[in-house]
Amino acid sequence: MDLRFTDDELAFRDEVRAFCRTALPAGIRDKLVAGGSPSKDDMVRWTRILADRGWAVPHWPVEHGGTGWSPIKQYIFTEELAQTPAPAPLAFGVNMVGPVIYTFGSEAQKRRFLPRIVRLDDWWCQGFSEPGAGSDLASLRTRAVRDGEFYVVNGQKTWTTLAQHADWIFCLVRTDPAAKKQAGISFLLIDMRSPGITVRPIQTIDGGHEVNEVFLDEVRVPVENRVGEENRGWDYAKFLLGNERVTIARVGVSKERIRRIKALAAQQSVGGVRLLDRQDFREKLAAVEVELKALEMTQLRVLANEAKRETGKQDPASSILKIKGSEIQQATSELLLEVVGPYALPYQPREELDGRNEPPIGPDWASTIAPSYFNLRKVSIYGGSNEIQRSIIAKAILGL
Amino acid sequence: MDFDPSDEQRLLKESVDRLVADHYGFDDRRRYQAGPGGFSEAMWARYAELGLLGLPFAEADGGFGGGPVETAIVMEAFGRGLVLEPYLATVVLAGGLLRHAADAGQKAGLVPEIAAGRLRLAFGYAEPQSRYDLFDVETRAERVEGGWRISGRKGLVLHGDSADAVIVTARTAGDRRDRAGIGLFLVRADAPGLTRQGYPTQDGLRAAELVLDGVRVGGEALIGDPGGALPVVERVADEAVAALCAEAVGCFDEMNAITLDYLKTRQQFGTTIGSFQVLQHRAVDMFVELEQSRSMALYAGMMADDEDPQERARAVSAAKVQIGKSARAIGREAIQLHGGVGMTMEHRIGHYFKRVTMLDLLLGDVGHHLARLAALDGLVREQA
Ligand SMILES: Cc1cc2nc3c(=O)[nH]c(=O)nc-3n(C[C@H](O)[C@H](O)[C@H](O)COP(=O)(O)OP(=O)(O)OC[C@H]3O[C@@H](n4cnc5c(N)ncnc54)[C@H](O)[C@@H]3O)c2cc1C
Repeated sequence: MDLRFTDDELAFRDEVRAFCRTALPAGIRDKLVAGGSPSKDDMVRWTRILADRGWAVPHWPVEHGGTGWSPIKQYIFTEELAQTPAPAPLAFGVNMVGPVIYTFGSEAQKRRFLPRIVRLDDWWCQGFSEPGAGSDLASLRTRAVRDGEFYVVNGQKTWTTLAQHADWIFCLVRTDPAAKKQAGISFLLIDMRSPGITVRPIQTIDGGHEVNEVFLDEVRVPVENRVGEENRGWDYAKFLLGNERVTIARVGVSKERIRRIKALAAQQSVGGVRLLDRQDFREKLAAVEVELKALEMTQLRVLANEAKRETGKQDPASSILKIKGSEIQQATSELLLEVVGPYALPYQPREELDGRNEPPIGPDWASTIAPSYFNLRKVSIYGGSNEIQRSIIAKAILGL
Repeated sequence: MDFDPSDEQRLLKESVDRLVADHYGFDDRRRYQAGPGGFSEAMWARYAELGLLGLPFAEADGGFGGGPVETAIVMEAFGRGLVLEPYLATVVLAGGLLRHAADAGQKAGLVPEIAAGRLRLAFGYAEPQSRYDLFDVETRAERVEGGWRISGRKGLVLHGDSADAVIVTARTAGDRRDRAGIGLFLVRADAPGLTRQGYPTQDGLRAAELVLDGVRVGGEALIGDPGGALPVVERVADEAVAALCAEAVGCFDEMNAITLDYLKTRQQFGTTIGSFQVLQHRAVDMFVELEQSRSMALYAGMMADDEDPQERARAVSAAKVQIGKSARAIGREAIQLHGGVGMTMEHRIGHYFKRVTMLDLLLGDVGHHLARLAALDGLVREQA
């Protein structure tokens, strides 16, 4: 056993780091450092830079554009991106629907969709959740009724992240209402320009617009856009949800945040002393760093095990990564709130700041701190809430 | 010991609770927010009618002689409705300064105006560099012919943009972090040399940054001792913290009620999510936090007018620590148990979450008050 990275892995890390430093446009980096989100244009630009280097979809099979890297190298790559910080590739295409298509899709679907995911020519969104089907996803009610060479789809999806940018949505729909819950579901790829689709924005508590409701009213979807077999959609969805092992813990994101906390705490003076020099603050920060190191080691153990697992079968231990990863992200955002102190109070949405001549209220880095604290409540809710993750561990690992 | 409110206090509570219940629905609040100043003039007039704006002032000065308990009753109700009006700024903060430091003439001129709802004040105690230290004052007041000339910056002045006048701390002597040498000055909103930049705050209320560039005020603008105002400022800040604790309890109470209601109605897996034991226990934890906070808010209210500044400071800081921690815990659970809807502006719960998160940052966060309490040797000390 040797828990250190090999020389080869270290050299790889340096190569990725050097690439990210030079290839990422400075404007995008600055935005992320300040706690902002990349725009659609930023995402497209960065994805194409990665694609040109052959790194847009490292974990995919080589024939579809993958790199053939080991899971550890994939991990190193993801973490280096996050620590740059650079935008993570758009998960809905790269991590979710892409693998479903190359694993279960038809040859025509592979040819049509995969290359466009690699270069972000198509922006995908995820149409799983519904108002009545969140944690209990299998109770979804959106209906698809066969009409010749089409399905006619009626229903509503919600919490659809970045649907406002999307060209395509992958949806779980009910094709057999008589079958028991999980059995009557199919997996459809739907063009967002189809007549009958309406997107309504939902404003989140931080003031941002990242989620939407998507209404489907008599939307006609060619049968050729069904992935795999009819009524087997639940299997593909489970495969998709279990595919998030490499990115779920967000170790790199949290490392970058902790560095940022240290940099900002060095600028803040509390009671006449630099916040970073205060023992109580340093200890609090160190405690989070301990949690993060433990998470990182657990993540690497899960990845090392991956090679031995059956493909497509989720390691229930990845629920640990989701729980701890989300808690640590939330803890770092709480520490940032403590660093900024009272000047977290002014509400200064980014768009307003960009179009304004006057300087911002308070330190120029303060305006995103409270919104991102509010916004990060989401990470313990989405992708299977932390309660659901605990239930998975209880059942699948502890046998309770 | 007697935890029961008097008849008068009960009446006060009933009428404020009813006022908020009748006039502070989610949509009402949104409408008030869009109005000038970010709150409702009509509600302000109602508070005046009910006697709330004169509540803590002595009867002799034109008020109703209420104390911290009465203020807490009002603030708790306001917390429940996420009330937007500048009650804390005008009545608790600026009003507190007048009660404790103004002379008879000043009170006679100002208090009846406040009580009638015709005068709104704000208190500029913070500066861009001061964080939570009330004595960290760079703004300077120089004595000049016929009064004072004030220059400096005041930050995060709650409702400072709509106030008719702002009371500011300014240094008449000493260095930036000296405890001595601080005075209080009333500056009219239209005073030449005063610029105000107003903005919304994360919780939907308003604040302002002030620049005072050689603002001239007359001798009558000085409130109290020109170099010895800090004890008054600290006292008023402690009263305001006690009031904020009561407001937080109102928020917590409502957050728990909203969340409980959701647990009893939201269905997943063919049953209400409140039937899952793990969520029941989380609701219980929220309830425990609420009750602990309520106890400490009462304690702070009881001690807020203690004549011994150290006893007062210990109690108030202890309460603010409890409130800040409960705000984190209740806020986190309230959003989590709502799932996705908890993350949206369209649902009430997120607005409470934001308010209680910001309450922790007003007049000192958990870390600040823990340090203050620890420096005073804590609550359990050698027996006398
Ligand atoms: C910002 C954001 C982005 C999202 N993006 C997308 C997206 O792009 N596409 C998409 O399809 N979905 C998306 N979602 C939806 C997300 O997956 C759901 O919010 C999540 O599955 C929870 O469902 P819910 O919101 O309906 O909450 P509910 O399922 O109603 O849960 C409410 C509470 O009950 C708890 N609970 C539920 N069942 C149990 C149980 N059996 N035992 C214990 N506790 C339980 C939950 O943990 C939660 O605390 C997003 C959500 C958010 C907040």
